[in-house]
This record gives sequence, C-alpha cells and structure tokens, in this order.
Amino acid sequence: MTVVLEARNLVRDYHIPGGLIKKAKTVHALKGVSFSVEQGKTLAIVGESGCGKSTLGRILTLIDPATSGDLLIDGNKIDITKGDLTPEMRRKVQIVFQNPYGSLNPRQKIGDILTEPLIINTKTPADERRERAMAMLKKVGLDERHYNRYPHMFSGGQRQRIAIARALMLNPKLLVLDEPVSALDLSVQAQVLNLLADLQDEFQLTYVFISHDLSVVRYIADDVMVMYFGEAVEYGSRDEVFADPKHSYTKTLFAATPRADVASIKARLAKKQAA
Amino acid sequence: MALLEIENLVVEFQTATGPFRAVDGVSMKVHEKEVLAIVGESGSGKSVSMLAAMGLLPWTANVTADKLTFNGRDLLGMSSSERKKIIGKDISMIFQEPVASLNPCFTVGFQIEEVLRIHLGLDKAQRRKRAIELFEAVGIPDPAERLGHYPHQMSGGQCQRVMIAIAIACNPKLLIADEPTTALDVTIQKQILDLLMRLQAEHGMGLIMITHNMGVVAETADRVVVQYKGRKMEEADVLSLFESPKSNYTRALLAALPDNATGDRLPTISELFVDEPSLQGAAR
Amino acid sequence: MSQAAATSAVSTDPSRRARLAEFWYYFSENRGAVIGLVFFLFLVLLAIFAPIIAPHDPTAQYRDAVLIPPVWQEGGRAEFLLGTDAVGRDMLSRLIYGTQFSLFVGVIVTTLSLVGGIFVGVIAGYFRGWVDTVIMRVMDIILAFPSLLLALVLVAVLGPGLTNAMIAIALVFQPHFVRLTRAAVMSEKSRDYVIAAKVAGAGHGRLMFKTILPNCMAPLIVQATLSFSSAILDAAALGFLGMGAQPPTPEWGTMLAEAREFIQSKWWVVTLPGVAILVTVLAINLMGDGLRDALDPKLKRS
Repeated sequence: MTVVLEARNLVRDYHIPGGLIKKAKTVHALKGVSFSVEQGKTLAIVGESGCGKSTLGRILTLIDPATSGDLLIDGNKIDITKGDLTPEMRRKVQIVFQNPYGSLNPRQKIGDILTEPLIINTKTPADERRERAMAMLKKVGLDERHYNRYPHMFSGGQRQRIAIARALMLNPKLLVLDEPVSALDLSVQAQVLNLLADLQDEFQLTYVFISHDLSVVRYIADDVMVMYFGEAVEYGSRDEVFADPKHSYTKTLFAATPRADVASIKARLAKKQAA
Repeated sequence: MALLEIENLVVEFQTATGPFRAVDGVSMKVHEKEVLAIVGESGSGKSVSMLAAMGLLPWTANVTADKLTFNGRDLLGMSSSERKKIIGKDISMIFQEPVASLNPCFTVGFQIEEVLRIHLGLDKAQRRKRAIELFEAVGIPDPAERLGHYPHQMSGGQCQRVMIAIAIACNPKLLIADEPTTALDVTIQKQILDLLMRLQAEHGMGLIMITHNMGVVAETADRVVVQYKGRKMEEADVLSLFESPKSNYTRALLAALPDNATGDRLPTISELFVDEPSLQGAAR
Repeated sequence: MSQAAATSAVSTDPSRRARLAEFWYYFSENRGAVIGLVFFLFLVLLAIFAPIIAPHDPTAQYRDAVLIPPVWQEGGRAEFLLGTDAVGRDMLSRLIYGTQFSLFVGVIVTTLSLVGGIFVGVIAGYFRGWVDTVIMRVMDIILAFPSLLLALVLVAVLGPGLTNAMIAIALVFQPHFVRLTRAAVMSEKSRDYVIAAKVAGAGHGRLMFKTILPNCMAPLIVQATLSFSSAILDAAALGFLGMGAQPPTPEWGTMLAEAREFIQSKWWVVTLPGVAILVTVLAINLMGDGLRDALDPKLKRS
C-alpha cells in the first residue's frame, strides 16, 4: 500500500519574544514526532489540551512550517518556507475543524463556500463548478435547496457536513480532521462518523483524526498515536494500543475515561453499598 | 419529603420568530443525598429547566409550573429578596465553562469571600480562614497563595475547583452541576467528578448532574432523567436505564454510543427513534 | 405543543427576507430609532422633491420683504411662512434646499471616510508588523489635533468651499474608521473560517476583502451613521466660520454665519437653521443607536 503521509522527527518551537520585564521564552510544542499513514487508513492522534496535537494538525495541513524535521506527502518532501506549496500540493491536503459554528464564513452562502476552492485553484467554468458543488452537497446528505442558504440556518451537524464537503471539493488525498465530532451531539456524531466512513471507502481517502474521545477513536481508527507534552508516547495499531497500552500516560488516559457499560455500574453500586 | 419537586414545568421564550417552548411539561423530584443525572442532547432543555428552578432566566422567559418547591417552599411565587437568601446558600450551581464563569476582574479569593460575606456574614479574618479551608477541601494546592490569583492565571481544572469551592461554601442542601466537565480534559474530568462525588457523600448534599455524556451518567448517577426537545422521555434508576431502557429514545441513545457499536456503521438515532409526541406517552 | 423552527431546523424562508425581518424586529423595538428613521426618510423626500415643495427660489432676493418675521408673528406674511432673512430670501425654501446640501455632505463624507478608512484599516489589521505601526502612528497624529481645527487648516490650505470642506472633514474622520476596521480585522483573522479559506489556497487580497471584511461591517455601519451626523455638524461649523459653503448657498451652517448679528433681534434667521441642524443630527443619532442594538449579536435574544 502506498504511504500517503510520512512525518520524520517533526519539531515545532514557538519563540515568545521577551519584553522589558519578561525574558524571552521558547515553547516546545512538538519535540520530534514520527509516523506514517497508508492510503485509505485512519491514524488517530489522541491527547489532551497542550499536548501538541493541534500544532501537528496545522503542520500537516501546511498552514504552519515545522521548525525541523521532514514532512512527506505522497512521497514528496514539503517545506512551506521554501516555496514548496504549489497549488497542486495544496490540493492534496485539506482540513475539517472542530467548531462547526466558526469554520464557515457567516457571510457566504453555502454554494459560494463550496465553489470557492475551485475558483481559487482551478479554471473550471461557473456552471461546472455549480454542478460539482451540488453533487458534493448531495453526497454529504444535504439537499439542493440548501445551496443558497447561509450557515446560521443550519444545525451543528449539518455545518460539519458542509465543512466536510468543502474539504473534499479539491479531491484531496489526505484529510486532517481536528476533533470533528467533539462539538456535536451523540446522535449527530453517529451520522457524521458514518458519513466519514462512507467517504473514505468511496474516495480511498486517508484520514488523520485528532480527538480526545477514546470511544470514537476506538471505533474509527486503524492506527493510534497518543501524544503527551509534544511527544508521541505510544504509537501502534488500534488493537495493540487498546489491548496493551505500554506508557503510563496512556494507561492513565484509559483509566480516566468514563465507561458507560452495565458491568461498571454494578461494580460502582456494589462498592457504594459496602461503604 | 423531596428536596426539589418540579411538576409540569413549562418554559417559553419570546423570540424574533415567535414563542419557543424550551421545556414542555417536565416533572421530577430530587431527594437528599441522592445523585440525579439529567441526560439529553442540545436543545433538550436540561439546562433551561434548572436555570428556571433557580430563577436565573432572562425576562424574555415565561416560567410556569404546577409545582416548583424546594424543601416545601414555593420557588415560583417567591419574592426576589427571599429567593436571594436561598440561591447560593441552600441551592447552588456550577457551570460548564469554568474560566468564563468566574469574574475576570477580581481575584478568586475575593470571589469566594464575597459569598461568605453575603450569605454567612463572616468578618474578614473568618472569611479568609474559611476560604483557605474550602480551597483545601477541593484540592487546590497552596491555597493561601492561590487566593490572590486571577481566573486567567489558573487552568480550567483549577477554576472548576474554585467554582465548586464557592458552591459548597455555605453547605448547600442541593448542588446543581451543569455540564461541569464538558470543557475539561479527560484526566481532569475524572478528578473533578471524583471530587464532586466525594463532597456529595461527605456533606450529604443532593446533586443534580446535567450532562450529555452517558459515561459520566454511568459513573455518577443514582437515578437518571432522559430529556429530549424539552420533554422527559424516561426516568429510572441508573442500572435499569442501562440494562433495560424503556423509551425508544434512550435505547437509540445507548445504541449510538461508539462503545456499543456492532459492525461497521453506528445506528443513528433517527433510524431507531421517531419523534411522535402523541404516541410516545412520555412519562410526565 | 408549539415549537417554532427557530434554532435547529433549516428555515424554509428565503434567507434575505428572513434576515431583514429579524433585523426589523430588533430595530423596531427602539421607538427612538424608528422615529429617527421616519424623520430621516422625510428629510430625504424633502431633498429629492425640493424644487417642487419649496415655495420660492432659495437665492431669490425680495428687496421689499427684508427680515419679515414668521407667519404666526405680528408682521408676518403668508407667502413667507417662516419669514425672510437679511436680504429678503425666503427661510422655508432655504431650509428645504438646505436638506439637499446637508444630506449631500453626509453621504459624501461618510463614503469617503468609509472607503479610505476600511482600505487602510484592513491593511493595518491584516499585515500587522511595521505596516500596522506606521499606519497607526499616522492615525494617532491626526487624532492628536482638535478635529475642527485640523479641518479648518486643511480648508485654509485647499481653499474655502463645500467640496474642500467635505474632503477635509473626511480626512479628519479617517482614524475612527481605521481603528474600528483594524480591531475587527484582527479579531476575525484568527477564526477558523479564515484559516479554512487559507487552506483552500486563498491569497492575501481575497482573504482581506472577500473573506474577512464582510464580517467586520456591523461596527462600521454604526460608526458610519454617527459620522453622518458629525459630518453635517462639522460642515455647518465650517460654514459658520466662513470656510465651508460660501454664500449664497443655502447650507444651514452658512445661513447661521450670515445671521450672527441677528441673534438678539430677528430670532428666526438664526434659530430656524439651528433647529434644523439639531433635529437632523438627533434623528440620525437615534437611528444609529437602533442600528447598533439590532446589529450587535450579543444583544440578540434568540
């Protein structure tokens, strides 16, 4: 299987300049992360706030450069500070954000939001753009009549679908999803996860799925990477990591996740009775 | 006698597009020393019903109920001065966004001492002593030093602890926690939930836990109320709810949990549950 | 059970009509704003139909009817409802034609300040760094001068006249719009939808003017209404000082200047233009208040 994404020792430092009173500080957001993802697979990146997963997401989507280390997309090394970011490379990676209420321009109609990537990157004529946008809209489960509406008229789940549709307009190979279902209700979450699974099958997409919700990760991931303070403390296939976590942080994370099954409830109630 | 009794609570809001019923005939009871979880998705009215009971809704809300009493006293008909004596003292509430729920212009010490001054009338030295005690009780390290910190200098988990300290300052009989851990990381969530349960057991408080996370319900609740679009769908003790849910909505909710997934697709709620108010026979 | 499909369901209304309806709901709650709007529309009608409504030519001098008091006072004549001024021109006609000039001044000045201020503000807020520093220091320098004094100096340099007065006032208003735009751009720049547009490949120009700017308009619209009324006031002040519209232009401020000597004796020559200015500015400010209440999302209730 072809490797779509490969990261070798990615490091990202932020320099906070000092002032008259404060000293200059360097924040090590990423301290050397390596992994690879094959086509059609999903890598889940798990961690809590401050672990560097969002920073990693931004590097993978070619928004921010890495301070050092190599990033290879489709076998090509990319360094955005050296002008490697051609429109062709830009089209290979797209992103879906966490917050469905902030990721769509409130002043743009849905149709315009979907056709904008095409206008910027391709020379497709207007009616073909509209056709493609309509087709994508239907593919994510929405309707033709939604084409001329504004984002505020849609629910969170619908907006997330639109965000996914927008990300797919350029036929990317790699989709970075930054906590895409965290802000959604349980019922809507299920719909969006099903949609993502279907799209992955149909388009042979590769997903990098950033999340802090272990139950979602267990459901959709092929490989799992656990991050803690900028480092990958655990990396392996989903079954390996969940069955036999090696790092103490991973074990703490698993222990802290609330379990919604009958056996744990019985155990808790029994303990309470005994107390 | 139940601590909080709600019967047929209806809350309507005036909006630009007409009246909107956020809570439609919800009834429930909370007893001393018990933990009641109110579960629902967004739009279920779970927060609004508790805010209505506390009298914290804006003037655009129209609150009516057949019965809304706390410890036998009618909350609806109460004058605002009487209500001020109860809210914050006998009933208190903690909210979802801990950093945003604290006043950014004042130190956390000032904010907790404010509660002690207004409700308990303690003098300066007593307030400081009690504030330090409360901070220790909620597990904040270096409490004396922390009293002088501002909310933005503290992490989300610590701010939530401060909120809990403020909420239990006057030894309330009932504590309402509105999604207290939704904005927190998983490991911090566990610490906060453990803290809440420990305080609840120690003080013998009634605790209402509002959440949309079934895992939190499973780990904390004695009884559960399931709400959907302003109506109560089911009420049961926690074990019965998870073992043999009676309402279609509850069943659909449990089936949609990724942990309970069988096969490649997650069953979505709309596949398992059709909202027909007249047929649901929602438990009122 | 009544549940308006307000929050989660997709609205079936054509979106523009629904947004206008929602806007009007909040705007109309403010009685003052509605009154202001009505009065403003009345002024617009007066300005458009001035040639038809005004009983006389505003520059026609009736030598035999100098300083005639308004019709309700002793000595008043029915053909000059609000009296005449020192050279026999009908006050009512001059006031009606004056609306044309005031509205003209308001529109031109506001447009100039808006366009200039937005352009400069967007660039300052988007690029930050030394560009931002230079622009803001220039704005600070402009703000450091008393606004009327600065306008006066500019007009003295450019030469008196209504056009130059408008340019001068527009320049003096620049910093307000630049600051507002810059602040709004800075806060919107880090939002997800802007990053999404960047990821889609949008360049700087498109990001600045197509993506970010439309989301910054609300405070600018409110500031525009306020500067509309300030422009009228400042033009009147310049006219009063003899540096704005020149006689015989029936501009309200110029009318005040010509009537300075009659403050004590022939009150209508001074008071009527003054009242016209007052009421116009008040109406526009009330409208601006209502606009702000309607456009501010934090005040929205649903």
